[in-house]
Amino acid sequence: MAILLEDALAISWPDIITTISRDRLKLFATSTGATNSIYFDIDEARAAGYPDLPIPLSFFFSLGFEQPEPFKYLTNLDIDIRQLLHGEQSFQYHSMAFAGESITLRAAIVDCYSRKNGELEFLVKETEYFRGDELVAEARSVEVVQNMVTLQ
Amino acid sequence: MKVGMKLPPFSVERITNSTLAEFAVASGDHNPIHQDREVARSAGLDDVFAHGMLSMAYVASLLTNWTRQENITSLNVRFLAITPLNARPTCTGTVTALTDGVATVELLVTLEDGTRTISGTALVRVED
Repeated sequence: MAILLEDALAISWPDIITTISRDRLKLFATSTGATNSIYFDIDEARAAGYPDLPIPLSFFFSLGFEQPEPFKYLTNLDIDIRQLLHGEQSFQYHSMAFAGESITLRAAIVDCYSRKNGELEFLVKETEYFRGDELVAEARSVEVVQNMVTLQ
Repeated sequence: MKVGMKLPPFSVERITNSTLAEFAVASGDHNPIHQDREVARSAGLDDVFAHGMLSMAYVASLLTNWTRQENITSLNVRFLAITPLNARPTCTGTVTALTDGVATVELLVTLEDGTRTISGTALVRVED
């Protein structure tokens, strides 16, 4: 099933406004085997000069899940989630963000293309992360739709 | 700091179903292909596999165990292969360029059987 570029580009999300708790970041640190205590111990974070637990480098991706139905756009494009693979992920960082801060996300699909005679399709999503008016970070994700996967 | 310098590697315990369940909650990614064996089988896989972003979190730890996070200006990765259950990834990094106070670090995540699951690059501000 070919994804139409215009359908992909028409996907839009409302801004996400989210605040991440210390406990959430502690859980993330535990679940990812983090060993640097500034990511799970508030006293260590403060001793390192930070106002609170830092949002780790890859956790910015998780901020995008802070919405009721993060996979709904796939249904709108007729993509089965089981066909999906994460292909690439990039971040640019302008400043750090911390537990307790309000972060606003603006995301959009910016490109969609196919390879191998349509066996693989690629969705490119860009996200900007703001604290107030300040651009804190930017992300670019490439999701791969594997059309050759047989689903049962 | 010199070109060719290697970062201290970062490795973790074996990835189990409970690792993936905990990561799903912590990361907010509840895609069932990482947690439900029947869902994975219905897509032709033997079993569930780890979230790519779990391995990217390991790469982040490799970097921030080595330098303060504010020094890292970009992080780009490509996911090369899926990470099966019971895998034990190891992250490595090598400084490959040093220009105007910015180090380029080439990153790899490798499994015990030699499979490369991630390749990537980080740009890191360094003091002269």
